[in-house]
Amino acid sequence: MKKSKPRLLYLFPFLALMLIVGVLMVIREGNRSPGKYLYETRCQNCHQEDGSGLKALIPPLAGSDWLMENQDTLACIIRHGLSGPMTVNGVYYDEVMPANEKLRPGQIMNIINYINRSWGNEHEKIRLKEVKKRLEKCAH
Amino acid sequence: MRRTITVLLAIGLLAACSSRKKELPRLGPMTVNGSDTAFYRIPAFEFLDQDSQVVSNESLAGKIYVADFFFTSCPTICPKMTKEMDRAYLHFKGNERVHFLSHTIDTRHDSIPVLRKYAEKMDVTDARQWHFVWGPRGEIYDMAKAYFQVAYPDSMAPGGFVHSGQFALVDGEGYIRAFYNGTDPEEIDEMIRDIDRLLSE
Repeated sequence: MKKSKPRLLYLFPFLALMLIVGVLMVIREGNRSPGKYLYETRCQNCHQEDGSGLKALIPPLAGSDWLMENQDTLACIIRHGLSGPMTVNGVYYDEVMPANEKLRPGQIMNIINYINRSWGNEHEKIRLKEVKKRLEKCAH
Repeated sequence: MRRTITVLLAIGLLAACSSRKKELPRLGPMTVNGSDTAFYRIPAFEFLDQDSQVVSNESLAGKIYVADFFFTSCPTICPKMTKEMDRAYLHFKGNERVHFLSHTIDTRHDSIPVLRKYAEKMDVTDARQWHFVWGPRGEIYDMAKAYFQVAYPDSMAPGGFVHSGQFALVDGEGYIRAFYNGTDPEEIDEMIRDIDRLLSE
């Protein structure tokens, strides 16, 4: 028993280091915006990393006049998709955006807040209560 | 004498190393016929592009081309692939030795007028270099296999189809020289460099 004690003491600095690294990683992960992650996995393939869209096929989110004027409809569009003609920054679009019906209100809030505060966009942050209220209007 | 041999060996090794990067391989299964080995070549095909013109292995003979499989209403990786293909297209625009071949796998919805509209929305106003091609369903799927690509309908998949996002680089003789991940900008940068290398072959 006496002999094994110094060995454990040697291990202590390593364990402490590992604990610190672990805690730092958790903190870093927490700091990564959840909206950014959701955007990357749900939206980015079409709207692109910089929110620029794709020519006359997919409208931009960055610096978009449509986004600014239609803030109230974003939650429902993210959940149920969108089709039909629209004009964004003077360009005519008429494609189909797919629905994301499995997204929870909190996730939709995170996506809206990421889009609203990225690439130079400076729209107001939306709260969960508001998102839920807006989603009720388009519930099936 | 020994010294000369060592020097010669060193030069030879250096030459071998520097030339290795020059030639792209010919990919696919080889066929052995007696003492001859033949590299895999893309089989004959004939499709229609957005201008209703025939695009075939004959019309592309002697031309370098990049092939991919997509569909216009694809909600997943296609827009990213189209964006990368567009970057390469713009890089080689005006060079009629380089072509791009985007096959639709949604043969029912993506008619020639639909493909034409899609091309126009991508600012591809003529079909001289970038062909959005349509063909009978079975032939397109067989062609995807010929390029070693995955493409098939699946009602459970987003948009109704499963397909890979690879680009195949084919030389003027129909040999596949490389594959790239069509959604990765770095790999497409490499593809652009490889096309330049093929052009000077």
